[in-house]
Amino acid sequence: MTTKLLTALLLGTSILGSAGVAYAEDVTLNIESWRGDDLAIWKDKLIPAFEAKNPGIKVVFAPSAPTEYDAALGAKLAAGSAGDLITCRPFDKSLELFKKGNLADLSALPGMENFSPVAKSAWQTDDGKASFCVPMASVIHGFIYNKDAFDKLGIKVPETRDEFFAALDKIKADGTYIPMAMGTKDLWEAATMGYQNIGPNYWKGEDGRAALIKGEQKLTDKDWVAPYEELAKWKPYLGDGFEAQTYPDSQNLFTLGRAAIYPAGSWEIGLFNTQAQFKMGAFPPPVEKAGDTCYISDHTDIGMGLNAASKNADAAKTFLSWVASPDFATIYANALPGFFSLNSAPVKMEDPLAQEFVSWRGKCKSTIRSTYQILSRGTPNLENETWVESANVINGTDTPEAAAKKLQTGLDSWYKPAK
Amino acid sequence: MAADIRPKRPFRWHIGIFLAPAVLVYTAIMILPLAGTLQLSLFRNIEQHQVFVGLQNFRTLFGDPNWSVGFWNALRNNVWFFIIHMIVQNPIGVMLAALLSSPKLRFAAFYRTAIFVPTILSFVIVGFAWKLILSPLWGVAPHLMDIVGLKSLFTPWLGKEQYALTALSLISVWQFVGIPMMLIYAALLSIPEEVIEAAECDGITGLSQFWKIKLPLILPSIGIISILTFVGNFNAFDLIYTAQGALAGPNYSTDILGTFLYRAFFGFQLQTGDPNMGAAIATMMFLIILGGVCVYLFLVQTRLRRYQF
Repeated sequence: MTTKLLTALLLGTSILGSAGVAYAEDVTLNIESWRGDDLAIWKDKLIPAFEAKNPGIKVVFAPSAPTEYDAALGAKLAAGSAGDLITCRPFDKSLELFKKGNLADLSALPGMENFSPVAKSAWQTDDGKASFCVPMASVIHGFIYNKDAFDKLGIKVPETRDEFFAALDKIKADGTYIPMAMGTKDLWEAATMGYQNIGPNYWKGEDGRAALIKGEQKLTDKDWVAPYEELAKWKPYLGDGFEAQTYPDSQNLFTLGRAAIYPAGSWEIGLFNTQAQFKMGAFPPPVEKAGDTCYISDHTDIGMGLNAASKNADAAKTFLSWVASPDFATIYANALPGFFSLNSAPVKMEDPLAQEFVSWRGKCKSTIRSTYQILSRGTPNLENETWVESANVINGTDTPEAAAKKLQTGLDSWYKPAK
Repeated sequence: MAADIRPKRPFRWHIGIFLAPAVLVYTAIMILPLAGTLQLSLFRNIEQHQVFVGLQNFRTLFGDPNWSVGFWNALRNNVWFFIIHMIVQNPIGVMLAALLSSPKLRFAAFYRTAIFVPTILSFVIVGFAWKLILSPLWGVAPHLMDIVGLKSLFTPWLGKEQYALTALSLISVWQFVGIPMMLIYAALLSIPEEVIEAAECDGITGLSQFWKIKLPLILPSIGIISILTFVGNFNAFDLIYTAQGALAGPNYSTDILGTFLYRAFFGFQLQTGDPNMGAAIATMMFLIILGGVCVYLFLVQTRLRRYQF
């Protein structure tokens, strides 16, 4: 009985489906994405907003699972069945697609002028001449803190490193809270929320990152070892048994109100808002002296490109121009607090924590994670090694100098900077 | 001249026909992929083309410190993983089986089932459950140790370089101890009553009966278990991956050949996969296991004495 019903339903949909194609006057655009979590936002907010302005173009958001996305997309592109619009991973994965001719060149797309060079860097050829994805969102690193705890202990938000460590000492001496919620078990926390979070203040953001790629600086230089020296000092402030503390453990420790400071990425905002029962605030990585220029990691994470084989390229370009517009940025940034628009036009956001994060863009200089562009192409992989070494430094099994030396030796073994 | 006179035997087609399904299926799903892997390891992707490079991938694997350090580390860890299984899992399995086969034991069926259950659990459940049990924050282990006053002995085992691999080996032992137990239990049950009775008539009872009569009779089963453990351990991957992630932290201290192969073949995070190097590692794993099995078959198996009843 159920089988019959199912068959009937399937037959019905297939007939309706083909009927839809046969009589369609509208152009239908399909979006490939790994962000299944965003399905509701696309369906209820973004797509209706676009369709209202552009009658005649229908958009379908068709996500696949994150772990399958790259493989599935590759297979679909090869078979010619991929959607018109392709959500782009940052850096090499998308660059590879562009080089294979799967992604169209969008350098001349109207709307691209809304983005800064740093925002576009994740989806450009190494020489920066061709851009192939419209930047959609970035995530910003910093520290989220428990406002109630800070008020209770009379701590004011630290701006310099000395204030930061003084605050940690005070929380530790009081004993009610674990000073900082971070573990080294999953490795990437140490690298992403640790090294890449505080690092830009030492290596001066884009200047240091560019110099590293050009080969003018080395990971063994003072500016690149110093963040490791600071990380090594974090150890006494982490919870008991932090060596076996996983990423979800850290999140829970903080949202349960047991820890005072959480080295964070802005993507946590959505989750923390629903789980934490206390007031939260955020501060950027502290600088050395009050008044120093601050640098933040404003890491490009998602973009959108055009399938070079798309039959509806004109409609797809209209859509991409809209993605590049401030309209899209406002809807997207408000629906997903913590994923910030890369648009140069200021976006008004409702969420106070998200506002705090994004306000740093005004006073600090933005950069992206140092290991992502170009430097993680070879073996050993610099990003993965940075995970391992950052955890080692915090665990105390490697000195900052030894860690930096290992990373530089690994990088030297395959990377020859262009002269 | 007798041969000429004898009528020619008809070709026995049915043998081939009966063998065909098994041979075809086995070839398609085992031999071809294996040959494919071996072939893949001799090629290299140069400018989007697969180019034959001979043994170059193996030269990289053993000659380039970026690869060889990782490989030897993984092999060393894998050997330790195997040693723990051999000295903990199998003796405990034999002991449990001996206890279970004792006629005086009550609820034997219950114990047998309870001990065997972890074996049929998924690795994901085992890895996750043990991560929680050993968690320094919410785990049961620190609390239980606190109750008996041993809290000072607790450390975050899965996060410490010197303990993580041993801890994981013991988790794996916990999971799989049911298999040697079952096999030995079956072997113990198949020992004929007359042999036992004869031993009792000669005054051999209790523990000495186990050492002198039963153990020699179950030695072939122990041999089979050892080789199963060897093959299983050198192919292991799942537990490490679910408990420690693909980077097998801390500091690669739990990296075994399976996780090393995974990272090379499929890549991880920003590291792109290199199927050719991955195939070279897979080939080495195949050779190591093949070597181990051959040593067992030709040196150990042939010397084991078998008793016919």
